[in-house]
Amino acid sequence: MKNRQQVSCPECDASIILSSNLDQGEILTCSDCSVELEVREINPVKLEMAPAEEEDWGE
Amino acid sequence: MKKKIKCSIVGASGYTGGELLRLLLFHPRVEISQITSETYTGKAVSFIHPNLRKITDLKFTSINDLKPSDVLFITLPHYRSQEKFSQLKKMAQVVIDLSQDFRLDPRFVYGLAELHRAEIKTANYIAGAGCNATAVILGLYPFYKNNLIIPEQTVVEAKISSSAAGRQLSLGSHHPERSGAVRSYKPTGHRHVAEICHQLGVKNIHFSATAIEMVRGILMTAHVFLKNPLTDKDIWNLYRETYKHEPFIRIIKQKTGVYRYPEPKLVRGTNYCDIGFEIDKETNRVVVMAAIDNLVKGAAGQVIQAFNLRFGFNETTGLEFPGLHPC
Repeated sequence: MKNRQQVSCPECDASIILSSNLDQGEILTCSDCSVELEVREINPVKLEMAPAEEEDWGE
Repeated sequence: MKKKIKCSIVGASGYTGGELLRLLLFHPRVEISQITSETYTGKAVSFIHPNLRKITDLKFTSINDLKPSDVLFITLPHYRSQEKFSQLKKMAQVVIDLSQDFRLDPRFVYGLAELHRAEIKTANYIAGAGCNATAVILGLYPFYKNNLIIPEQTVVEAKISSSAAGRQLSLGSHHPERSGAVRSYKPTGHRHVAEICHQLGVKNIHFSATAIEMVRGILMTAHVFLKNPLTDKDIWNLYRETYKHEPFIRIIKQKTGVYRYPEPKLVRGTNYCDIGFEIDKETNRVVVMAAIDNLVKGAAGQVIQAFNLRFGFNETTGLEFPGLHPC
């Protein structure tokens, strides 16, 4: 069986095991910090954080 | 059929006793022998703990009628355990006390599995940690263990629920007084400070407790100051390294979603301790948050985890409840 590729989460450094049929533009979720990561490039794999909504409850 | 461990609970009419009973009644390796209460002797359990209606026919007995069992859980008020200990220790091989009375006593092993797993496995006397202490210690332990922070500068604020004050009535617990109040309960001098310092190996910690409008739960917020700058990834890895095998520790720090940091209501009824953090790079400060259910991870669940370890059961037995959402 082919070894599945592993990368580190750019937010929390957790190991993310990639599926063998990864698509460019696909959104992955880190199992540790739950951040959404966009697959920007396939070969080599490059992940970037997908835009996140900030909270602002200040008055 | 596998042998069950005979357990009795002394002082079972309090909130902690009721919580122990709720959990132990569904523990597959436990048989409840007796539960005691001097005030409610002869009364059915469901009279005091109505959530247990149709679950058990147990009645409270007097402590004077206590018979030997394998394990004795003591949930008496603080100082009462100490008074009764010489009598009670004869009643079981393993004694697990949930009061503050033995947390600094060298005869007892402190009941936090995350710090004392190996010792708990052979201990005959176990002292459950205080609820606030549990949240503070679990949140800050990785920093102290690895000598990463300036120890004397740690400031902790705990928002605590009404059940943490126990079942004893007072004017402060009267509904017109308690409802809607945000009460600075112990700005200094909280009784849990001694055990926190003892477990973290520091001389002092700046701790304040505020009672808020919540029945169960604690949210601990600590401000620690780093000796040297750390990144988010460093702290993620610090917690991962310390707690990677811990079944009841979850690190919660999300960039999206409604619950981005630990939230007490999500751990209600569970044995989880959710821990989160955020770094203030300008001041080298890390804000650490920890949420627990004071009656479960902060009391009954914690000692059942210790009990499981002591008797070689799977550590999570009887503690699998995942919480409610929404709640």
